[in-house]
Amino acid sequence: MDTDDEFMSTVSSEEDMLPDDSDNDISGDDDFGFDDEPDPDLDIQHDIGQTKRAPYDVKFTVHQPQDIQQQQDVLVDEVNMILNISKEEAAILLRHFRWNKERLLEDYMDNHDKVLEAAGLSQATAGPPKLEVIPGFCCDICCEEEEGLQSFALKCGHRFCVDCYRHYLGQKIREEGEAARIQCPAEGCNIIIDARSLDLLVTAELTERYHKLLNRTYVEDKETLKWCPAPDCQNAIECGIKKKDLTRIVPTVSCLCSHRFCFGCILNDHQPAPCELVKKWLKKCADDSETANWISANTKECPKCNSTIEKNGGCNHMTCRKCKHEFCWMCMGLWSEHGTSWYNCNRFEEKSGLDARDAQAKSRVSLERYLHYYNRYANHEQSARLDKDLYAKTEKKMVQLQKESGMSWIEVQYLSSASMALQTCRQTLMWTYAFAFYLARNNLTTIFEDNQKDLELAVESLSEMFEKPVNELADSRLKVDIMDKTSYCNKRRIILLDDTARNLAEGKWIFNVEFSNPTPIGGPSSRK
Amino acid sequence: MSSSKRITKELTDCTNHPPPNISISLPSDSNISLWHITLSAPAESIYHPGKFGLIVQFPVEYPFKPPQITFATRIYHPNITNESNGSICLSLLKTDNWKPSTKIVTVLEAIRQLLVEPQPDDPLETRIAEQYKNERKEFEKEAKAYVNKYAKGSVKFNTADAAGSSTTGGEGAP
Repeated sequence: MDTDDEFMSTVSSEEDMLPDDSDNDISGDDDFGFDDEPDPDLDIQHDIGQTKRAPYDVKFTVHQPQDIQQQQDVLVDEVNMILNISKEEAAILLRHFRWNKERLLEDYMDNHDKVLEAAGLSQATAGPPKLEVIPGFCCDICCEEEEGLQSFALKCGHRFCVDCYRHYLGQKIREEGEAARIQCPAEGCNIIIDARSLDLLVTAELTERYHKLLNRTYVEDKETLKWCPAPDCQNAIECGIKKKDLTRIVPTVSCLCSHRFCFGCILNDHQPAPCELVKKWLKKCADDSETANWISANTKECPKCNSTIEKNGGCNHMTCRKCKHEFCWMCMGLWSEHGTSWYNCNRFEEKSGLDARDAQAKSRVSLERYLHYYNRYANHEQSARLDKDLYAKTEKKMVQLQKESGMSWIEVQYLSSASMALQTCRQTLMWTYAFAFYLARNNLTTIFEDNQKDLELAVESLSEMFEKPVNELADSRLKVDIMDKTSYCNKRRIILLDDTARNLAEGKWIFNVEFSNPTPIGGPSSRK
Repeated sequence: MSSSKRITKELTDCTNHPPPNISISLPSDSNISLWHITLSAPAESIYHPGKFGLIVQFPVEYPFKPPQITFATRIYHPNITNESNGSICLSLLKTDNWKPSTKIVTVLEAIRQLLVEPQPDDPLETRIAEQYKNERKEFEKEAKAYVNKYAKGSVKFNTADAAGSSTTGGEGAP
């Protein structure tokens, strides 16, 4: 099932939805300087493959638990038929090959003995797994040897009593969370226990847990599948975006549970900022590195012994406590050079103080720059957090409004759309600031900042209208205003995302930090 | 309890067919899950002729959980922590790799082999591992100095340490 439509409907409700091929809208809008952009936009759209997909949009599919099970069953059945081995063995082989059926078949045809051994399968043929009572048997684990002791062995023939086997499997499954690679309990034996043998040995409750764990490894083994990180959500998302594509695209996906997250790093949606910048930004914000910045902006080093000094009052004549060096706080030059102009430094051009002052100034500028972006980022983050309660509040408001104005439930839906738009737009705005922090100054950045400003103004004004008391909301003019503004906000957001995603895909952004795995210039070849 | 039967059998086997360089004693007759081992470094190892005390604590879940083994005698070795209660890094003993059918003899033999052949690529003491790889002479000198200082004469199993290790080893016990 392709959920593109679902995805779009969470972004904006139908009435304010912008057609995906919004090129005309954008380039027709002279205010935003899109005219100077060259034309390869259309190529990008071709590259991405679908004519209707916006550049910030990725193709993905949501799989529900039963789909995940079914996919495994289909693959197991195929391998079971092609290789003429049991289903349990086919499953073990597939897990060993991380569900890459083609590679499995190729390697198996090449050297099936080697493949079987590596995957932990025995070549011995045996009937279905069964419990046996062997006369004179002594269990190697518990050293029990009483008559009639039930025992079990995998194809490798290492036989243990049923109690020990159960205990062993229980510990592996329950305590260690292991399922796909539980080996025979014999020392040095790497034969993997199959699902049928397991079913024979353990309780239904453990079997259920075992299959759950197996399902989990299926999703974890496949590069194109990821669990939806929302609490209690059991769906998995399939998306073809690879790790190496992440410098070119921000793959936001949306689960059926309505949680929107980045397929690349599993964090909440962070468009337009690429994963790596997000990681850097979050680290920067969490780091103490900014404390260091504060220190360098508010303190100075003694020019002689480099002790850090914070001036907390007094005159400019500094005497370092440590080395007794005397200097001027203003110009950092030698105090003895000040002549008679005590307490009033007029020697700003003095070379001895110039370098020290340069270093100070730079540090201050960089701190202020960081704080500029951080404060705006944090502001939207906080608002977005408050907006989480907003949904509940909105519903209440809608009910109230219905009562007071006599509007129908359908007629008050515009409030829900507005609240949704507020949340998504704030989420986007928040990350535009982290993104902007890493942008080098150029024309593209100016366009970006214009887009950012427009979106921000629109969001703030919608936010204001939205907060109005219910009796005012009943006014039909305000309703129209809110609907217009909602639609405008969504449009501005799409324009911003469209622009950033397009430039990202074309590698046009110039960042002031290095990417750890830069993709070679020359188009998003990886997206074909 | 199933574990005592298994431990008794292993003890009998070890007494009847003592593995080379290894002797076993029980500090307390009433507690079969605490063993004291005296390991004589094999002639081909640089720790020869040192004698090392090892404390083996069998957990309640033994043999489904691996035994806990520590060095009571200090040793200068890349895979054994350089302290009075030396922990050992041995893949065999990790919970993920442990197989319930593995016998204590196998483990002790693996530890004996570790004295002959340290595994510097899987170190507990990175500094010693580096030295072992790059300055073998220095390493051997230091290891021999430790043997002379700690591993000569009768082996001591410091009871305080033994008690310490048994509390960690007895996790999960009521």
